[in-house]
Amino acid sequence: MEVPYTSKPRPDTGLYNAKVGIWLFLASEVMLFGALFSSYILLRVNALEGTWPHGLLNIPIGTFNTAVLITSSITVVMAWASLKLGQFNRFKIYQGITILCALAFMVIKSVEYKDKFTHYQVWLKDGETIRGHIEVPGIEGKPWFMTHKKLEAMEAVDHITIHPDPKPHVASAGGEAPEAHKSENHGGAEEHAHEPRRIEKADIKRLSAFVPAHSTYFAIYFTLTALHALHVMGGALVMAYLWGPGSKMWKTDPERFTNRIEVSGLFWHFVDLVWIFLFPVLYLL
Amino acid sequence: MQHTTQTAPHETSHAHEHHDLGFWRTYVFSTDHKVIGIQYAVTSLAFLFFGFCLMLMMRWQIAYPGQQIPVFGKLLEAILGETAKGGVMSPDLYNVFGAMHGTIMVFLAVVPLAFAGFGNYVVPLQIGAIDMTFPRLNMASYWTFFLGCVIMFFSFFIPGGAAQAGWTSYSPLATTIPTDGQTYWLIGMVLLITSSLLGAVNFIATIIQLRAPGMTWMRLPFFVWAQFVTAFLLLLAFPPLEAAGIMQLMDRVFHTSFFLPTGLMVGGQVADISGGGSPLLWQHLFWFLAHPEVYVLILPAIGIVSEIIACNTRKTLWGYRSLVYSALAIGFIAFIVWAHHMYLTGMGTKISAFFQTTTMIISIPSVIILTCLFITLWGGSIRFNTPMLFALAFLPMFGLGGLTGLPLGFSFADLHLHDTYYVIAHFHYIVAPGTIFALFAGVYYWYPKATGRMMNEFWGKVHFWVSFIAMNLIFQPMFAQGMAGMHRRMYDGGATYSGVLDPETGDVVGLPGFIISLNKGITHAAMLLALAQLPFIINFFYSMFKGKKVDDNPWKATTLEWQTPTPPPHGNFDKHIEVYRGPYDYSLPGAKDDFTPQTEPSHK
Repeated sequence: MEVPYTSKPRPDTGLYNAKVGIWLFLASEVMLFGALFSSYILLRVNALEGTWPHGLLNIPIGTFNTAVLITSSITVVMAWASLKLGQFNRFKIYQGITILCALAFMVIKSVEYKDKFTHYQVWLKDGETIRGHIEVPGIEGKPWFMTHKKLEAMEAVDHITIHPDPKPHVASAGGEAPEAHKSENHGGAEEHAHEPRRIEKADIKRLSAFVPAHSTYFAIYFTLTALHALHVMGGALVMAYLWGPGSKMWKTDPERFTNRIEVSGLFWHFVDLVWIFLFPVLYLL
Repeated sequence: MQHTTQTAPHETSHAHEHHDLGFWRTYVFSTDHKVIGIQYAVTSLAFLFFGFCLMLMMRWQIAYPGQQIPVFGKLLEAILGETAKGGVMSPDLYNVFGAMHGTIMVFLAVVPLAFAGFGNYVVPLQIGAIDMTFPRLNMASYWTFFLGCVIMFFSFFIPGGAAQAGWTSYSPLATTIPTDGQTYWLIGMVLLITSSLLGAVNFIATIIQLRAPGMTWMRLPFFVWAQFVTAFLLLLAFPPLEAAGIMQLMDRVFHTSFFLPTGLMVGGQVADISGGGSPLLWQHLFWFLAHPEVYVLILPAIGIVSEIIACNTRKTLWGYRSLVYSALAIGFIAFIVWAHHMYLTGMGTKISAFFQTTTMIISIPSVIILTCLFITLWGGSIRFNTPMLFALAFLPMFGLGGLTGLPLGFSFADLHLHDTYYVIAHFHYIVAPGTIFALFAGVYYWYPKATGRMMNEFWGKVHFWVSFIAMNLIFQPMFAQGMAGMHRRMYDGGATYSGVLDPETGDVVGLPGFIISLNKGITHAAMLLALAQLPFIINFFYSMFKGKKVDDNPWKATTLEWQTPTPPPHGNFDKHIEVYRGPYDYSLPGAKDDFTPQTEPSHK
C-alpha cells in the first residue's frame, strides 16, 4: 500500500506529490519572511530621526558571502541536471560543492557575528556616543556581550577604555541629525580618534555590543539573518543526507531520487533568494 | 489507483510490513491518517473540556467575587498555592485563566478538532485516497502539536503561572510582565504553528493529488472544499504570527524592542531598552492571523453541517456551486479584513474606512452559505437524529453570531462596543453554539464509521437540548451587559463600576444593578452546561463497547467514506474506487434507493 504519485507525476495535475508539497511550503515561507520584511519596513519608517544606524556591517564580506550563495545556487541546478542526464558522479561533485558553499557561508556568517558581539557603542550621559572596541579592567582580551548593567554589577571596575573606530560611522551617515552637529567638532577630533580613551563608569548612560538589544536595526538584522541561517543549516543537512546515505536510492529508484534532489534544490533556491533580498536591505540601504 | 495495482508485487511486501507493526507504531506513532485524526480529536476534546473548566472557575469569580470556589477551590489551592489562597481566585490567576481559556479554546481545542481531527479522518476517505500524501509529515504534525500542548499545559505550574496578557498577547504588556508564562506561551505557539503548517501542506497536497479516479473538483463533498480553503488560510496566515511570536520572544529573551516604543515607562521608571519599536506592529501581525483564524474556526464547521444536512434531509444541497464559490471568496477576503479589530488604535479614518468596507463585503458569502443551507431544508423529509439536531441548531446560532458582528464591523458602533461583553457574546455565538455544536454533530455523525457502533440517541438528545438551552442562557444576557458598557476583562464582574445615583441629575452613573445581577444567572447556566456534557462524555466511552452495532453505511449516505469497511482498515478501501457522480445524489427519481452512492455508475 504505497501512496501514489511519489515519483511519477499525476497525469491531470502534471505534478508529483513532493513538488506540490514544496511549493506550498515555500508559499508559507514567503509569508514568514514577508512578515519580517514588512516589520523591517515599518520599524525603519517609524524610526526617530538619527536612531537608525548605517554602515555598521562589513560590506565586502557580505558581498563575498552573496557570491558564495549564488555559486551554490548554480551548482545545485547542475547537480539535478546531472542526475537527469544519468551522470551520478557529476552529481556527487556538484552537490558536494553546493554543500561546501553552504558551510562556507555559515563560517563567514559566524565570523561576522563574532565581530559584532565584541564591537561596542557607548552612550555617555552628556549625550555623546562612541563606537569602538572596549577594554574592561580584569577581563582579558575583547569582552563579549558586555552591558552597562553588567558593568554596574562589577564593583571593582570604575572605568573602561575604548578604542574608537578609525572613521566614526556616526559622522559618515548623513541621515543622523543629532550626530551631524557633532561631526563638526569631530572634524578636529578625528586626528586623535584612534587614541584609546578612558571613560569613567559614572559617565556611562548605556553600553551595548552590536547585539539584538542594541537597537531595532540590530534586532531585525539578527532575527532575519539568524532565521535565514537556520534555513541554510536545514537545507545543508538535507542535502548532505541526500549526498551521503540518502543517495543509495539512486540504485533502487532513480526517478524518485532525482525528484528529491529537485525538491531540495527548490528549497535551496528559496534560501538563496531570501539572502538576495537580505543583503541590500540590511547591508546597503 | 491504477498505478498501485500495477506495482502489486511491491505492494504485498509493504502490506506485510504495515500489518506487522507493533502496538507503538499502530496506535501511538502511527502514520495512518485515521489514527492521527483520532489522536487529534481526543487530545483536542480533552483540551476543550479543560478550557471550559477554566472558564467555569472564572465565571464563579465574576458572579461571586472574592468567595471561595465551591468544590474545586481547595483543590486549586493545593495545586497552585498562593495564587489561589483559601480557594479564592486572585487577580493574577484570573488573568492567567482568561488568557489561557482563549488560547486553549482556539489553538488547542477547536482548530485541531475541526481541522486536524475531522479533516484527517474524513478528507482522505471522502476523496477516495488510501492515506494522506505525506503520512510521516502527518505524524510529525501531531507530535509537534502534542509538544506544544504539553508546554502550554506545563506553564500553569511554573512560578508565576501561565501567560497573563490575554490570548491576543498585546505588547508592551505581554513583554513587560515579569513572570515566565508568556515565554512558554510563545514557544508553545511556535510549535503549534509549525504543526499546523505541516498539516496544511499535507491537506492541500492530498486534495490536489490523491482524489480517486472520477473525483473531479465539482464532485468533491463540500466538507472537502471547506477543509481545502481552511488549509490555505492556515498555510498563509499563520506564518506572520510565527514571525511576530519570534519577535516577541526576542523582546523577552534578548531584550530587543520590536514592540516597545521609545520612552516606555514600566513601574514608574523609564525602561532600560533601546526603544524604537511599535506596539501596533504586533497587533497588525497578530490580527493578520487571528482574523483568518475565525474562518478557520467556522469553515470546517460549515462543512460538517452541510454533510449532515444533505444526508438527513435526503436532498441534494441547494446551490452546491454557490457554497463552493462562497467558501473560496471567504478564503480570499479573509486576508484583508484584519484591522477591523483595531479601530480604537488610532490608525486613521482612511484605513478604518477600507477595513469597514471589506468587512461588510465578507459578510455576503457567509450569508450566501447560510441561505443555501436554510433553503436545503425546504421541503425535505427531515430525520431529527442527534447529529441533525446539532447541525440544525448551528444555523440560527451562527446566524445570530454573524449578524451581531455587523455593528462591530462599523467603527462608529465599535467605539462603544469594543472590549465589552457584547464582543464576547458575538464571537461565542459563532464559536460555542455555532462551531462547537457542529463539531458535536460531526462526532455523532462519524462515530459509527470510526468505531462500528452508534452513540446512544436518547442521551445524545438530552445532551443537545440541555446544551442548547444553557448556551443561550449564557450568551444572550451578555449582549445586554455589553451594550450597558460592561468591560470584558473585569475581575469582579463589574462590581467596582456599579452604578451610583448622581444627586444633581438623578441619573445612575456606572453599571446598573440589574446588569451586574445577570452575572449570577450566566454562571448558573454555565454550570448547567457543564452538567449537560456528562451524558456526552459517558456516551462517548460507553458506546465504544456497548453501543448498537451498525453496518458500513448506517445513515444511508452517498459520499465515499461510507463505502469503506467499518472501521476502515489501513489503506481504507477494500475495492477499487471510481466516482461517477456528484456528492449528494439523494432521492433521485427512478433510483432504487433514496440515496445513490458516488461510486454508482450512471447507466444503472
